[in-house]
Amino acid sequence: MSNHPCVVTIDHRSKPRVLFSGTKLVEVDLPVGTRVVYPKPPMKGLPDVKAAIRYAIAHPENSEPLFTKLEPGMKVTIAIDDISLPLPPMQSPDVRQQVLEVVLPLLADYGVTDIHIIVATCLHRPMTADEIKHAVGKSIFQKFWPTRLYNHDAEKPGGLTRLGVTDEGDVVEINTRAAESDLVIYVNLNFVPMDGGHKSVAVGLCGYESLRSHHNPYAIRESNSYMDPERSELNHRVVRMGRLVNRRMNVFTIETTINNDMFGEGLGFLAKNEDELGPNEERALKALIRTLEFLPAKARQAIFEKIPAPYAVTGVFAGETEAVHAKTIAKCFEQYCVPAGGQADIVVYGVPYISPYNVGAHLNPLLVSCMIQGYLHNLYRGAPLVRKGGTVIAFHPCTDQFDPDQHPAYVEFVHRFLPITRDATRLHKEFEDEFRKHPGFIQLYRTGEAYHPAHPFYMWYWGENGRQHIGRVIIVGADNQYIPELLGYETAPTFADALRMAKETAPANPDIACLRICPFVMVDVEPDAAPKQIAGEAK
Amino acid sequence: MRAAYFDVDGTIVGSNLLYPTLHYIRNQASPVDSARRLGKLALQAPFLLVAELRDRRMFNEQLFSHFAGMTEDRLVCLADEVFEDVFEPRIFKGARGLLDKCRDAGMRIVFVTGALDVSVAPLAKHLGADAVIANRLEMKEGKATGRLLRPVVAGPSKARVIVEDARVHGHDLAECQAYSDSESDVPMMSVVGHPFCVNPDGGLRALARSYDWPILDLDREAAGGRSRLRLPFGFYAPERRG
Repeated sequence: MSNHPCVVTIDHRSKPRVLFSGTKLVEVDLPVGTRVVYPKPPMKGLPDVKAAIRYAIAHPENSEPLFTKLEPGMKVTIAIDDISLPLPPMQSPDVRQQVLEVVLPLLADYGVTDIHIIVATCLHRPMTADEIKHAVGKSIFQKFWPTRLYNHDAEKPGGLTRLGVTDEGDVVEINTRAAESDLVIYVNLNFVPMDGGHKSVAVGLCGYESLRSHHNPYAIRESNSYMDPERSELNHRVVRMGRLVNRRMNVFTIETTINNDMFGEGLGFLAKNEDELGPNEERALKALIRTLEFLPAKARQAIFEKIPAPYAVTGVFAGETEAVHAKTIAKCFEQYCVPAGGQADIVVYGVPYISPYNVGAHLNPLLVSCMIQGYLHNLYRGAPLVRKGGTVIAFHPCTDQFDPDQHPAYVEFVHRFLPITRDATRLHKEFEDEFRKHPGFIQLYRTGEAYHPAHPFYMWYWGENGRQHIGRVIIVGADNQYIPELLGYETAPTFADALRMAKETAPANPDIACLRICPFVMVDVEPDAAPKQIAGEAK
Repeated sequence: MRAAYFDVDGTIVGSNLLYPTLHYIRNQASPVDSARRLGKLALQAPFLLVAELRDRRMFNEQLFSHFAGMTEDRLVCLADEVFEDVFEPRIFKGARGLLDKCRDAGMRIVFVTGALDVSVAPLAKHLGADAVIANRLEMKEGKATGRLLRPVVAGPSKARVIVEDARVHGHDLAECQAYSDSESDVPMMSVVGHPFCVNPDGGLRALARSYDWPILDLDREAAGGRSRLRLPFGFYAPERRG
């Protein structure tokens, strides 16, 4: 049992916990004895971010300072992280803008004029002009957009250059402009521990042929978890490809970390223990819950999404990719990881409205699955919060609705392929290769706002280790039956019903835990010394 | 093998049936003949407008009646000019990339258009279409009668000709794709498994949102780019600058 202040055990006096269910908030009476894991309070931000950036690039990790790498007339590509980070987008100035405002004048001072800024979207949707303007600032946007500031296009004819093949047979292809540059500077915003490091260039600027080495069900099954780079097969494969990239290209990495101040003062009560709320906070929370109940879905989404988060920058590190990333990851874990004790038989999640793949859109059914068995399941070090074969109870409406601009290919994936099979390996082998070449969806990826047609497959694979580990998923609050069925989930009308169902396949007196996300939180879980006996076996 | 069926006017090129027709009429052997035909077309304009709003097939038949008396060799001779002056400058920026991707995916590319076969042939050759299903003028003694041969390719009949084409070539329609800009092509898009709306008109856009049909903008070269303003009846505003 954890004594950490962010782990609260429910007793008879505890108030109901407030969990996200999409864009709504629900009050849940958790049983006595349930462990509720809260995010840590936000770490203090750096007092002068630009000074920290200047210091980092002048005193880099395992590398010469950036200015020593610059020569007049050289070709430089700056790649930046895309809109999937952070969530929701941060208040201006975005940290990418702050880094660019330091780096671009330095390049100019050294006579570097051939500069392109590429948004490292990989197969994600392209960022819109407004989103890019928000990320880099108005003045940089006006100077570079659209000829020297643009989205990576993994389907552009001649847009990728093959750098080589790893000993393990991974094809390494990178954006041609970056591959032909004398220097590539990557400006990262490390929101979660699976971001950054070699993933920035080797994934952010690559194409399908490179992705297939690690974006597949086998790599995900072997990742334990993919938020813990040391134990992530996904990360190991990315690293070996990234090392090849760094041997062939001159890469200078700048990584930044932020705290978890997602809601600021206005909605800060959402991050707190419900028993510790002051009277005003409690009234505000109740008012918000009631307001969200009657607002239409788009308005609810807007309340959370249109208000940028006041994230503060907690660290800036620069230099050689791996040395930089080790420091970045340590800072991320310092903010996010909460010692949560041992594993639980039943774990409760409120599934929020947001994921890295639906900025500006609602969380569609495939992304709900990606969140429950993917992201939320993988927010651990040591062992998953839920025991193998245990039950997850998740709150979400599972509405059969897809954003027509961002997720057109997802519609076909959910309604054409999932009725045939939920087996990720079969989907990978039988359907992925043909569907990823779909001309219309590729056109939407290249010129519209859509994710690549391979992306829905990745979203299903993202839940593969959770799918192999979790025994049952019970959805509370679904507005239909068939979407949960398609995803392989059961449904319950109320939490009490879901708990009763979960207990049917749990040991007597089951351990119950609740991960209280958002803001972002990870758990350090001690694995069981010996497997627990389940109820059925005891009889 | 699968097929991708493309409407042409408004889908691949920013033009409509009037553009090539006007080119043919303006370039008759004698200026008097051109003036006479233009005058007749102008007089019939209100009827064409009504036909366009009510029945695409009626519109096609009325419009192509103005070809009556044109010789077959003149129609063929002017087709290259029509391509150079009318179609080529109006090919949407993203059209070639989309067609290339269809070809790379092993699809047979078929243009299904209400335009005349003779006028659209150079465009089809230029863009590498494998087949063209288009309207054909009835010819008697080397001259157009002004009537169209059956079936007239427009609206619902596009669906019929696609079904027949798929049967002849052994395509599974559930695996085929169709691309169009117009609500009048909903039947053609409904018979395939993968319909796509391209720069759609208002009616088709609303329908696409209801049915989760993807909407493409082929007037853009890259994400975040601008596209031209679509005007009523398949016209496009001039390209914006800056």
